[in-house]
Amino acid sequence: MDWTTVLLLLDSTIRTATPLLLACLAGLFSERAGIFDIGLEGKMLVSAFLAAGFAFTTGSVWLGLLAGIGGSLALSAIHGLASITFRGNQLISGVAINFLAAGLTVVAAQSWFGEGGRTPQLGEGERFGAVILPGALDLSELTIREQRELPPLTALYSDVLSGHSILTYIALLAVPLSWWVLFRTRFGLRLRAVGENPAAVDTAGISVARLRFAAVAIAGVLCAIAGAQLSTAEPAAGFIRDMTAGRGYIALAALIFAKWRPYPALGACLLFGFFQALEARPDIFVRLFDIRVPSALLSALPYLLTVIILAGFVGRAIPPRAGGEPYVKER
Amino acid sequence: MERMPRWADVVLVPLISLLLAGLISALVILAIGENPWEALKIMVSGAVGSTYAWGYTLYYATNFIFTGLAVAVAFHARMFNIGGEGQAAIGGLGVALVALYIPWPHWTLALLGATLGAALFGAAWAAVPAFLQAKRGSHIVITTIMFNFIAAALLNYLLVGPLKPAGTMETATAPFPEATHIPSFRDLFSHGDTILFRGTPANITFFVALLACVLVWLLIWKTRLGYEIRAFGFSEGAARYAGIGATKIIMVSMMLSGALAGLMAINNTLGEAERLILNAIEGAGFIGIAVALMGRSHPLGVLLAAILFGILYQGGAELSLTTGIPREMVVVIQALVIMFTGALDNMVRMPVERLFARRRLRGAPAAPPGPALHPPGEAAVPSSPTATRP
Repeated sequence: MDWTTVLLLLDSTIRTATPLLLACLAGLFSERAGIFDIGLEGKMLVSAFLAAGFAFTTGSVWLGLLAGIGGSLALSAIHGLASITFRGNQLISGVAINFLAAGLTVVAAQSWFGEGGRTPQLGEGERFGAVILPGALDLSELTIREQRELPPLTALYSDVLSGHSILTYIALLAVPLSWWVLFRTRFGLRLRAVGENPAAVDTAGISVARLRFAAVAIAGVLCAIAGAQLSTAEPAAGFIRDMTAGRGYIALAALIFAKWRPYPALGACLLFGFFQALEARPDIFVRLFDIRVPSALLSALPYLLTVIILAGFVGRAIPPRAGGEPYVKER
Repeated sequence: MERMPRWADVVLVPLISLLLAGLISALVILAIGENPWEALKIMVSGAVGSTYAWGYTLYYATNFIFTGLAVAVAFHARMFNIGGEGQAAIGGLGVALVALYIPWPHWTLALLGATLGAALFGAAWAAVPAFLQAKRGSHIVITTIMFNFIAAALLNYLLVGPLKPAGTMETATAPFPEATHIPSFRDLFSHGDTILFRGTPANITFFVALLACVLVWLLIWKTRLGYEIRAFGFSEGAARYAGIGATKIIMVSMMLSGALAGLMAINNTLGEAERLILNAIEGAGFIGIAVALMGRSHPLGVLLAAILFGILYQGGAELSLTTGIPREMVVVIQALVIMFTGALDNMVRMPVERLFARRRLRGAPAAPPGPALHPPGEAAVPSSPTATRP
């Protein structure tokens, strides 16, 4: 077990945690406003596809991101229409959105690019590259030997913290920003109130529907960035079918694990990201602890932990009180 | 208060929803440059045009009957069981263990044993989320989703490790012994030189599924337990007040639901693959949601909706073979059906209700109001089960 392995593991933890974190914060806004969102997965998927597709077609990764946000917002609007306007079942709407995304992305990708439901490989300028933080070394310019000989702290800073895509830093900044918006602004207070006691908010003369639509839209934008990270941030190079692979559900699990709070959400996503990073490199696990753990166990760990948390054995997770219930104005 | 006649509630609203889903699907097909009318013709002839087509359509329908009934039974208790996928996968494990490790003398006994194994394993997999919902207030939707992933990981582990015969590459168990092979439609219906259903997977499990429909109908509408389940679904508070135990109803309805989802495995594992393979469920657990919503949680509705989805699946496969429309188009249609019959139900229902209200108002002085009254004691199926309160 050497320092290089640790760095490698931590580096890929941060990378895999990024989409989880963004989706988790998306769920946070939505569920704090009283709208369950099973459809995080679908919104990420649609955004991943549109971001890659438009980045390839236009040659600009930023236009791709914009397209991803548009697609994700469209799904948010459907979810809002179903669960806020028509007071339908939010869970069923979310399930439908996930299927819609899973089907439409493949159908559209096949008709657009004809490569069996994937986008072509993205090239220079069509992906989000590595951002080198101030004072950090660009590791791609060093040889392996030079990398190994860096002082530990320099290596930690340059390898683990620096060198991710801009979207990773957006995700990390979104954590304090979400906390500030939710707990230090009037909008945030109202948003949380609408998830706990919408009738009180309504009595104060504030539109419950408008607040909930705002929350659902914020969730849409955050999911879109998460999706774009999956398909257009290096080392990713394009969209493949079902590329979200359950990350939307892991994000939901992280949200419960974090008990619907922003900073713990960061911790939970890093933990689940760490599991995913380990799952991808079973050899490291063998070297670390000298035992072979089935990768199936590692992939199930986030879900197992969430069930244990949900069961209330390790602190109780209490969701927003009005979550999942449509608000009926006239009584 | 009656807003519209019963036929409108049971037939008209789902039909309009279905038409809307179909319309948007047609637009999607148009958008990718194909002809929706041609696509429809290919789908229908590919799904019902021959005994070969029916052999596949009814095979898929059998899966969907089980998973649809599973979701429907849970809906009656106002539980949303989204874990059919995992329960069916674990049901498959039950079937595999029963078929592989017990020496069956005859297929009839093997079928009975496998049915028992599938139901028990499926019920057990649903029991944990049910218990957590009943006792700890953990949201059933979240826990059943988590259990889907845990089931997938468990099977992944078993089928690349302990259950995989040495020396094979495929992630599957060993083939089941000859004595457990249940008759296919071809064995059942071919006579003399006429061979029907050649090479199709439909098998005797279809009749087990029909039997399950009848049994679920009897249970829900003709027994005391069914009455308690429905009462609990309508109003948890009232049911509690009437002395109906919440824990019992949640546990029983969810375990029944899990057992029904598990039963799907006798069709695809014992009947078709004749061994347990990885990812054998292929989303059928989720299609159960669409089927139950379309079928209004009634066994007859579930049966019809399951056959419709069977047609959709087989037709979709045919479509991807002969046109440029990928198989995933079926997933889009399925999503739209769930959306319109489930989440956007009110969007369709409200205008229809208004229409009937206006007609009644106009016709009121001349004629008596339409055939509107419910037969006493026969309540409408809860249309959209809301989230269970934790």
